[in-house]
Amino acid sequence: MAGTFQLELVSPAKLLLSRPVEMAVLPAAEGEMGVLAGHAPMIVALRGGVISVTEGGQVTERLFVAGGFAEVTPERVTVLADEATPVEQLSRSAAEARVTEAEAALAEAQLAPPEKREAAMARMLSARAMVAAAEAA
Amino acid sequence: MATLKALRMRINSVKSTRKITQAMKMVAAAKLRRAQSQAEAARPYAERMERMLAALGQAVAGSPDAPKLLIGTGADTVHLLVVVTADRGLAGPFNTGVGRFARARIRALEAEGKTVKILSVGRKGAVYLKREFGSRFVGEISYQGRKSVGFTDAHEIAERITAMLEAGEFDVCSLIYNRFRSVITQIPSEQRLIPAPLPEATAEAATGPQALYEYEPSEEDILAALLPQNLGVQIYRAILENTAGFYGAQMNAMDSATRNAGEMINKLTLNYNRTRQANITKELIEIISGAEAL
Repeated sequence: MAGTFQLELVSPAKLLLSRPVEMAVLPAAEGEMGVLAGHAPMIVALRGGVISVTEGGQVTERLFVAGGFAEVTPERVTVLADEATPVEQLSRSAAEARVTEAEAALAEAQLAPPEKREAAMARMLSARAMVAAAEAA
Repeated sequence: MATLKALRMRINSVKSTRKITQAMKMVAAAKLRRAQSQAEAARPYAERMERMLAALGQAVAGSPDAPKLLIGTGADTVHLLVVVTADRGLAGPFNTGVGRFARARIRALEAEGKTVKILSVGRKGAVYLKREFGSRFVGEISYQGRKSVGFTDAHEIAERITAMLEAGEFDVCSLIYNRFRSVITQIPSEQRLIPAPLPEATAEAATGPQALYEYEPSEEDILAALLPQNLGVQIYRAILENTAGFYGAQMNAMDSATRNAGEMINKLTLNYNRTRQANITKELIEIISGAEAL
Protein backbone atom coordinates (compact mmCIF):
# COMPACT_ATOMS: atom_id res chain seq x y z
CA MET A 1 0.00 0.00 0.00
CA ALA A 2 1.14 3.49 -0.75
CA GLY A 3 2.30 5.82 1.97
CA THR A 4 0.09 8.23 3.83
CA PHE A 5 -0.27 11.98 3.77
CA GLN A 6 -1.69 14.46 6.23
CA LEU A 7 -5.29 15.40 5.52
CA GLU A 8 -6.64 18.52 7.16
CA LEU A 9 -10.24 19.50 6.85
CA VAL A 10 -11.17 22.88 8.27
CA SER A 11 -14.39 24.85 8.18
CA PRO A 12 -14.70 28.42 9.49
CA ALA A 13 -16.22 27.03 12.66
CA LYS A 14 -13.64 24.40 13.49
CA LEU A 15 -10.91 21.96 12.57
CA LEU A 16 -12.79 18.78 11.64
CA LEU A 17 -10.07 16.40 10.67
CA SER A 18 -6.31 16.33 10.90
CA ARG A 19 -4.64 12.97 10.53
CA PRO A 20 -2.62 10.86 8.12
CA VAL A 21 -4.71 9.04 5.52
CA GLU A 22 -4.00 6.92 2.44
CA MET A 23 -6.34 8.44 -0.06
CA ALA A 24 -8.90 11.19 -0.25
CA VAL A 25 -11.43 11.73 -3.03
CA LEU A 26 -12.28 15.40 -3.42
CA PRO A 27 -15.25 16.82 -5.31
CA ALA A 28 -13.20 19.25 -7.37
CA ALA A 29 -14.95 21.85 -9.49
CA GLU A 30 -13.99 20.04 -12.67
CA GLY A 31 -14.70 16.49 -11.58
CA GLU A 32 -13.93 14.11 -8.75
CA MET A 33 -10.27 13.92 -7.92
CA GLY A 34 -8.52 11.18 -6.02
CA VAL A 35 -5.42 12.23 -4.12
CA LEU A 36 -2.68 9.87 -2.99
CA ALA A 37 0.54 10.67 -1.17
CA GLY A 38 3.08 12.44 -3.36
CA HIS A 39 0.54 14.27 -5.48
CA ALA A 40 1.77 17.24 -7.50
CA PRO A 41 1.15 20.61 -5.79
CA MET A 42 -2.26 21.97 -6.73
CA ILE A 43 -4.85 24.43 -5.62
CA VAL A 44 -8.35 23.43 -6.61
CA ALA A 45 -11.81 24.83 -6.09
CA LEU A 46 -14.39 22.43 -4.72
CA ARG A 47 -18.05 22.15 -5.53
CA GLY A 48 -20.71 20.70 -3.25
CA GLY A 49 -20.09 17.01 -2.76
CA VAL A 50 -18.70 14.29 -0.59
CA ILE A 51 -15.09 13.84 0.48
CA SER A 52 -14.25 10.17 1.00
CA VAL A 53 -11.30 9.27 3.15
CA THR A 54 -9.56 5.92 2.71
CA GLU A 55 -7.45 4.35 5.42
CA GLY A 56 -6.18 0.78 5.45
CA GLY A 57 -7.81 0.08 2.10
CA GLN A 58 -11.28 1.01 3.34
CA VAL A 59 -13.40 4.11 3.21
CA THR A 60 -13.45 5.22 6.82
CA GLU A 61 -14.98 8.62 6.61
CA ARG A 62 -17.38 10.42 4.33
CA LEU A 63 -17.98 14.11 4.77
CA PHE A 64 -20.21 16.43 2.85
CA VAL A 65 -18.79 19.82 1.94
CA ALA A 66 -20.89 22.62 0.50
CA GLY A 67 -17.98 24.04 -1.46
CA GLY A 68 -14.57 25.47 -0.78
CA PHE A 69 -10.94 25.06 -1.75
CA ALA A 70 -8.22 22.49 -1.36
CA GLU A 71 -4.47 22.90 -1.31
CA VAL A 72 -2.61 19.77 -2.33
CA THR A 73 1.10 19.28 -1.72
CA PRO A 74 3.05 16.00 -1.87
CA GLU A 75 2.87 15.50 1.88
CA ARG A 76 -0.26 17.41 2.85
CA VAL A 77 -3.79 18.18 1.72
CA THR A 78 -5.65 21.08 3.27
CA VAL A 79 -9.34 21.41 2.57
CA LEU A 80 -10.97 24.73 3.35
CA ALA A 81 -14.65 23.91 3.36
CA ASP A 82 -17.37 26.53 3.51
CA GLU A 83 -19.32 24.08 5.57
CA ALA A 84 -18.66 20.44 6.36
CA THR A 85 -20.79 17.71 7.92
CA PRO A 86 -20.19 13.98 8.27
CA VAL A 87 -22.57 12.24 5.90
CA GLU A 88 -24.26 10.28 8.71
CA GLN A 89 -25.33 13.55 10.30
CA LEU A 90 -26.95 14.97 7.20
CA SER A 91 -30.67 15.40 7.42
CA ARG A 92 -32.63 14.80 4.29
CA SER A 93 -35.38 17.26 5.14
CA ALA A 94 -32.88 20.05 5.86
CA ALA A 95 -31.16 19.29 2.55
CA GLU A 96 -34.45 19.41 0.67
CA ALA A 97 -35.40 22.67 2.31
CA ARG A 98 -32.13 24.04 1.11
CA VAL A 99 -32.76 22.90 -2.46
CA THR A 100 -36.14 24.62 -2.46
CA GLU A 101 -34.56 27.78 -1.16
CA ALA A 102 -31.73 27.64 -3.66
CA GLU A 103 -34.13 27.02 -6.56
CA ALA A 104 -36.17 30.03 -5.56
CA ALA A 105 -33.01 32.14 -5.36
CA LEU A 106 -31.97 30.91 -8.78
CA ALA A 107 -35.33 31.73 -10.31
CA GLU A 108 -35.04 35.18 -8.84
CA ALA A 109 -31.52 35.60 -10.18
CA GLN A 110 -32.52 34.88 -13.79
CA LEU A 111 -32.36 38.56 -14.61
CA ALA A 112 -29.35 39.29 -12.45
CA PRO A 113 -25.85 39.69 -13.87
CA PRO A 114 -24.18 36.43 -14.92
CA GLU A 115 -21.86 36.20 -11.89
CA LYS A 116 -24.84 36.35 -9.55
CA ARG A 117 -26.67 33.76 -11.59
CA GLU A 118 -23.68 31.50 -11.55
CA ALA A 119 -23.33 31.81 -7.79
CA ALA A 120 -27.00 30.94 -7.35
CA MET A 121 -26.58 28.00 -9.71
CA ALA A 122 -23.56 26.75 -7.75
CA ARG A 123 -25.55 26.98 -4.52
CA MET A 124 -28.40 25.05 -6.07
CA LEU A 125 -26.10 22.30 -7.34
CA SER A 126 -24.43 22.12 -3.96
CA ALA A 127 -27.81 21.73 -2.28
CA ARG A 128 -28.77 18.95 -4.71
CA ALA A 129 -25.50 17.18 -3.96
CA MET A 130 -26.39 17.42 -0.30
CA VAL A 131 -29.72 15.71 -0.90
CA ALA A 132 -28.02 12.97 -2.89
CA ALA A 133 -25.47 12.47 -0.11
CA ALA A 134 -28.18 12.38 2.52
CA GLU A 135 -30.11 9.78 0.52
CA ALA A 136 -27.06 7.62 0.01
CA ALA A 137 -26.21 7.64 3.71
CA MET B 1 -26.42 62.90 59.87
CA ALA B 2 -28.50 60.29 58.06
CA THR B 3 -31.08 58.48 60.10
CA LEU B 4 -30.61 54.85 60.99
CA LYS B 5 -33.45 53.79 58.72
CA ALA B 6 -32.01 55.61 55.72
CA LEU B 7 -28.64 53.98 56.30
CA ARG B 8 -30.17 50.55 56.58
CA MET B 9 -31.94 51.04 53.29
CA ARG B 10 -28.76 52.21 51.62
CA ILE B 11 -26.89 49.15 52.82
CA ASN B 12 -29.58 46.81 51.55
CA SER B 13 -29.65 48.47 48.18
CA VAL B 14 -25.88 48.25 47.77
CA LYS B 15 -26.02 44.62 48.84
CA SER B 16 -28.45 43.74 46.10
CA THR B 17 -26.36 45.64 43.58
CA ARG B 18 -23.42 43.54 44.64
CA LYS B 19 -25.41 40.37 44.14
CA ILE B 20 -26.32 41.42 40.62
CA THR B 21 -22.79 42.41 39.62
CA GLN B 22 -21.47 39.17 41.05
CA ALA B 23 -23.97 37.14 39.05
CA MET B 24 -23.13 39.10 35.89
CA LYS B 25 -19.47 38.45 36.45
CA MET B 26 -20.08 34.74 36.70
CA VAL B 27 -22.24 34.70 33.57
CA ALA B 28 -19.63 36.71 31.67
CA ALA B 29 -16.92 34.27 32.76
CA ALA B 30 -18.90 31.31 31.47
CA LYS B 31 -19.67 33.02 28.19
CA LEU B 32 -16.09 34.15 27.85
CA ARG B 33 -14.90 30.59 27.94
CA ARG B 34 -17.29 29.65 25.15
CA ALA B 35 -16.45 32.68 23.05
CA GLN B 36 -12.76 32.01 23.49
CA SER B 37 -12.99 28.41 22.37
CA GLN B 38 -15.05 29.51 19.40
CA ALA B 39 -12.43 32.06 18.46
CA GLU B 40 -9.73 29.43 18.79
CA ALA B 41 -11.68 26.96 16.66
CA ALA B 42 -11.87 29.51 13.86
CA ARG B 43 -8.15 30.14 13.85
CA PRO B 44 -6.94 27.12 11.79
CA TYR B 45 -9.22 28.08 8.90
CA ALA B 46 -7.99 31.66 8.87
CA GLU B 47 -4.37 30.54 9.01
CA ARG B 48 -4.69 28.13 6.12
CA MET B 49 -6.67 30.63 4.14
CA GLU B 50 -3.83 33.08 4.60
CA ARG B 51 -1.29 30.56 3.40
CA MET B 52 -3.27 29.74 0.30
CA LEU B 53 -3.89 33.38 -0.43
CA ALA B 54 -0.22 34.15 -0.11
CA ALA B 55 0.58 31.51 -2.71
CA LEU B 56 -2.11 32.77 -5.06
CA GLY B 57 -1.55 36.45 -4.49
CA GLN B 58 2.05 36.24 -5.57
CA ALA B 59 1.06 34.45 -8.73
CA VAL B 60 -1.53 37.02 -9.72
CA ALA B 61 -0.40 40.30 -8.16
CA GLY B 62 1.04 42.69 -10.63
CA SER B 63 -1.16 41.63 -13.50
CA PRO B 64 -3.41 44.54 -14.46
CA ASP B 65 -6.64 42.53 -14.44
CA ALA B 66 -6.20 41.27 -10.88
CA PRO B 67 -9.50 41.38 -8.99
CA LYS B 68 -10.48 44.61 -7.30
CA LEU B 69 -10.74 42.90 -3.93
CA LEU B 70 -7.02 42.21 -4.09
CA ILE B 71 -5.62 45.45 -5.40
CA GLY B 72 -8.42 47.92 -4.72
CA THR B 73 -9.61 50.52 -7.17
CA GLY B 74 -6.25 52.21 -7.38
CA ALA B 75 -7.62 55.40 -5.87
CA ASP B 76 -7.42 56.46 -2.24
CA THR B 77 -10.16 58.99 -1.67
CA VAL B 78 -13.17 57.23 -0.17
CA HIS B 79 -12.55 55.16 2.94
CA LEU B 80 -15.05 52.69 4.31
CA LEU B 81 -14.60 51.93 7.99
CA VAL B 82 -16.27 48.84 9.39
CA VAL B 83 -16.54 49.42 13.11
CA VAL B 84 -17.16 46.32 15.19
CA THR B 85 -18.45 46.74 18.73
CA ALA B 86 -20.67 44.87 21.16
CA ASP B 87 -24.43 45.22 21.28
CA ARG B 88 -24.56 45.68 24.99
CA GLY B 89 -22.83 47.82 27.54
CA LEU B 90 -21.77 47.31 31.14
CA ALA B 91 -18.33 46.26 30.05
CA GLY B 92 -16.17 49.11 31.25
CA PRO B 93 -14.26 50.97 28.57
CA PHE B 94 -14.70 48.22 25.96
CA ASN B 95 -17.05 49.99 23.56
CA THR B 96 -15.86 53.52 24.17
CA GLY B 97 -12.32 52.34 23.47
CA VAL B 98 -13.22 51.33 19.93
CA GLY B 99 -15.43 54.38 19.56
CA ARG B 100 -12.67 56.76 20.52
CA PHE B 101 -10.22 54.98 18.24
CA ALA B 102 -12.66 55.16 15.34
CA ARG B 103 -13.35 58.83 15.98
CA ALA B 104 -9.65 59.65 15.93
CA ARG B 105 -9.26 57.74 12.66
CA ILE B 106 -12.22 59.48 11.05
CA ARG B 107 -10.93 62.89 12.09
CA ALA B 108 -7.46 62.08 10.79
CA LEU B 109 -8.79 60.83 7.46
CA GLU B 110 -11.04 63.82 7.01
CA ALA B 111 -8.23 66.17 7.88
CA GLU B 112 -6.36 64.63 4.95
CA GLY B 113 -9.30 65.50 2.76
CA LYS B 114 -10.65 61.98 2.32
CA THR B 115 -14.27 60.98 2.37
CA VAL B 116 -15.25 58.59 5.12
CA LYS B 117 -18.12 56.13 5.18
CA ILE B 118 -19.05 54.08 8.20
CA LEU B 119 -20.59 50.65 8.43
CA SER B 120 -21.19 49.70 12.01
CA VAL B 121 -21.52 46.19 13.34
CA GLY B 122 -22.93 46.13 16.85
CA ARG B 123 -25.30 48.61 18.40
CA LYS B 124 -23.00 50.37 20.83
CA GLY B 125 -20.58 51.63 18.24
CA ALA B 126 -23.42 53.02 16.16
CA VAL B 127 -24.84 54.86 19.15
CA TYR B 128 -21.46 56.28 20.02
CA LEU B 129 -20.50 57.50 16.57
CA LYS B 130 -23.89 58.53 15.28
CA ARG B 131 -24.18 61.75 17.17
CA GLU B 132 -21.04 63.17 15.63
CA PHE B 133 -20.79 61.36 12.30
CA GLY B 134 -24.42 60.47 11.53
CA SER B 135 -24.16 61.68 7.96
CA ARG B 136 -21.31 59.27 7.17
CA PHE B 137 -23.26 56.15 8.05
CA VAL B 138 -23.99 53.80 5.18
CA GLY B 139 -25.29 50.94 7.24
CA GLU B 140 -25.82 49.49 10.66
CA ILE B 141 -25.82 45.85 11.56
CA SER B 142 -26.85 44.62 14.95
CA TYR B 143 -27.15 41.13 16.34
CA GLN B 144 -29.09 42.17 19.37
CA GLY B 145 -31.17 39.39 20.81
CA ARG B 146 -29.26 36.76 18.88
CA LYS B 147 -27.63 33.94 20.76
CA SER B 148 -24.62 33.48 18.55
CA VAL B 149 -23.19 34.94 15.39
CA GLY B 150 -22.15 32.42 12.78
CA PHE B 151 -19.95 32.50 9.76
CA THR B 152 -22.94 33.07 7.48
CA ASP B 153 -23.58 36.40 9.20
CA ALA B 154 -20.00 37.48 8.57
CA HIS B 155 -20.36 36.27 5.02
CA GLU B 156 -23.38 38.49 4.51
CA ILE B 157 -21.41 41.50 5.63
CA ALA B 158 -18.63 40.51 3.25
CA GLU B 159 -21.09 40.26 0.38
CA ARG B 160 -22.44 43.66 1.19
CA ILE B 161 -18.97 45.15 1.19
CA THR B 162 -18.12 43.42 -2.09
CA ALA B 163 -21.28 44.79 -3.69
CA MET B 164 -20.37 48.29 -2.52
CA LEU B 165 -16.90 47.89 -3.99
CA GLU B 166 -18.32 46.73 -7.31
CA ALA B 167 -20.58 49.77 -7.32
CA GLY B 168 -17.53 51.95 -6.77
CA GLU B 169 -18.76 53.34 -3.49
CA PHE B 170 -15.38 53.28 -1.79
CA ASP B 171 -11.69 52.76 -2.54
CA VAL B 172 -10.19 51.51 0.71
CA CYS B 173 -11.86 49.42 3.35
CA SER B 174 -10.63 48.96 6.91
CA LEU B 175 -11.91 47.07 9.89
CA ILE B 176 -11.82 48.62 13.34
CA TYR B 177 -12.32 46.25 16.23
CA ASN B 178 -11.09 45.26 19.65
CA ARG B 179 -8.25 42.82 19.29
CA PHE B 180 -8.36 40.22 22.01
CA ARG B 181 -4.96 40.06 23.60
CA SER B 182 -5.94 38.59 26.90
CA VAL B 183 -8.89 38.56 29.21
CA ILE B 184 -7.84 41.86 30.71
CA THR B 185 -6.47 43.63 27.65
CA GLN B 186 -8.31 44.37 24.47
CA ILE B 187 -6.63 46.67 22.05
CA PRO B 188 -8.68 48.74 19.62
CA SER B 189 -6.98 48.20 16.31
CA GLU B 190 -7.37 48.76 12.62
CA GLN B 191 -6.94 46.19 9.91
CA ARG B 192 -7.01 46.87 6.21
CA LEU B 193 -9.32 44.62 4.21
CA ILE B 194 -9.29 46.13 0.73
CA PRO B 195 -6.90 46.23 -0.99
CA ALA B 196 -5.89 42.96 0.63
CA PRO B 197 -2.60 43.25 2.46
CA LEU B 198 -0.55 40.39 1.07
CA PRO B 199 1.31 38.49 3.75
CA GLU B 200 5.02 39.14 3.65
CA ALA B 201 6.68 36.68 1.37
CA THR B 202 8.92 34.40 3.38
CA ALA B 203 12.35 33.53 2.09
CA GLU B 204 11.18 30.03 1.32
CA ALA B 205 8.17 31.24 -0.59
CA ALA B 206 10.24 33.68 -2.58
CA THR B 207 12.55 30.98 -3.87
CA GLY B 208 9.63 29.40 -5.57
CA PRO B 209 7.91 26.18 -4.50
CA GLN B 210 4.74 28.27 -4.68
CA ALA B 211 5.18 28.84 -8.35
CA LEU B 212 4.88 25.10 -8.91
CA TYR B 213 1.23 24.92 -7.96
CA GLU B 214 -1.19 23.84 -10.58
CA TYR B 215 -4.56 25.50 -10.53
CA GLU B 216 -7.90 24.02 -11.35
CA PRO B 217 -9.81 26.00 -12.60
CA SER B 218 -7.57 28.95 -13.45
CA GLU B 219 -5.75 31.10 -10.90
CA GLU B 220 -8.07 34.01 -11.59
CA ASP B 221 -11.19 31.93 -11.03
CA ILE B 222 -9.96 30.53 -7.76
CA LEU B 223 -8.83 33.91 -6.59
CA ALA B 224 -12.18 35.42 -7.50
CA ALA B 225 -13.85 32.87 -5.22
CA LEU B 226 -11.21 32.89 -2.54
CA LEU B 227 -11.07 36.64 -1.95
CA PRO B 228 -14.69 37.17 -0.88
CA GLN B 229 -14.34 34.11 1.30
CA ASN B 230 -11.24 35.60 2.86
CA LEU B 231 -13.09 38.84 3.50
CA GLY B 232 -15.77 36.87 5.29
CA VAL B 233 -13.18 35.06 7.36
CA GLN B 234 -11.50 38.29 8.42
CA ILE B 235 -14.80 39.79 9.46
CA TYR B 236 -15.81 36.60 11.22
CA ARG B 237 -12.58 36.63 13.16
CA ALA B 238 -13.10 40.24 14.14
CA ILE B 239 -16.61 39.48 15.35
CA LEU B 240 -15.42 36.50 17.37
CA GLU B 241 -12.56 38.42 18.92
CA ASN B 242 -14.95 41.22 19.68
CA THR B 243 -17.31 38.81 21.45
CA ALA B 244 -14.53 37.22 23.45
CA GLY B 245 -13.12 40.64 24.33
CA PHE B 246 -16.52 41.90 25.33
CA TYR B 247 -17.05 39.16 27.85
CA GLY B 248 -13.53 39.59 29.16
CA ALA B 249 -14.11 43.29 29.62
CA GLN B 250 -17.48 42.71 31.18
CA MET B 251 -16.05 40.21 33.59
CA ASN B 252 -13.44 42.72 34.70
CA ALA B 253 -15.90 45.56 34.96
CA MET B 254 -18.26 43.46 37.03
CA ASP B 255 -15.43 42.22 39.19
CA SER B 256 -14.40 45.72 40.15
CA ALA B 257 -18.03 46.73 40.57
CA THR B 258 -18.47 43.87 43.02
CA ARG B 259 -15.35 44.93 44.89
CA ASN B 260 -16.46 48.55 45.04
CA ALA B 261 -19.86 47.52 46.33
CA GLY B 262 -18.14 45.51 49.06
CA GLU B 263 -16.09 48.52 50.12
CA MET B 264 -19.16 50.70 50.08
CA ILE B 265 -21.02 48.24 52.29
CA ASN B 266 -18.16 48.23 54.79
CA LYS B 267 -18.14 52.00 54.97
CA LEU B 268 -21.88 52.24 55.34
CA THR B 269 -21.96 49.56 58.01
CA LEU B 270 -19.33 51.42 60.00
CA ASN B 271 -21.30 54.58 59.65
CA TYR B 272 -24.48 52.78 60.68
CA ASN B 273 -22.90 51.31 63.81
CA ARG B 274 -21.42 54.64 64.86
CA THR B 275 -24.75 56.35 64.46
CA ARG B 276 -26.46 53.66 66.47
CA GLN B 277 -23.85 53.91 69.23
CA ALA B 278 -24.23 57.68 69.30
CA ASN B 279 -27.97 57.35 69.64
CA ILE B 280 -27.65 54.94 72.55
CA THR B 281 -25.14 57.17 74.29
CA LYS B 282 -27.40 60.15 73.84
CA GLU B 283 -30.34 58.29 75.32
CA LEU B 284 -28.27 57.14 78.30
CA ILE B 285 -27.11 60.66 78.99
CA GLU B 286 -30.69 61.84 78.88
CA ILE B 287 -31.81 59.18 81.36
CA ILE B 288 -28.89 59.76 83.74
CA SER B 289 -29.23 63.53 83.76
CA GLY B 290 -32.98 63.09 84.29
CA ALA B 291 -32.33 60.84 87.30
CA GLU B 292 -29.72 63.24 88.74
CA ALA B 293 -32.11 66.17 88.54
CA LEU B 294 -34.49 64.46 90.93
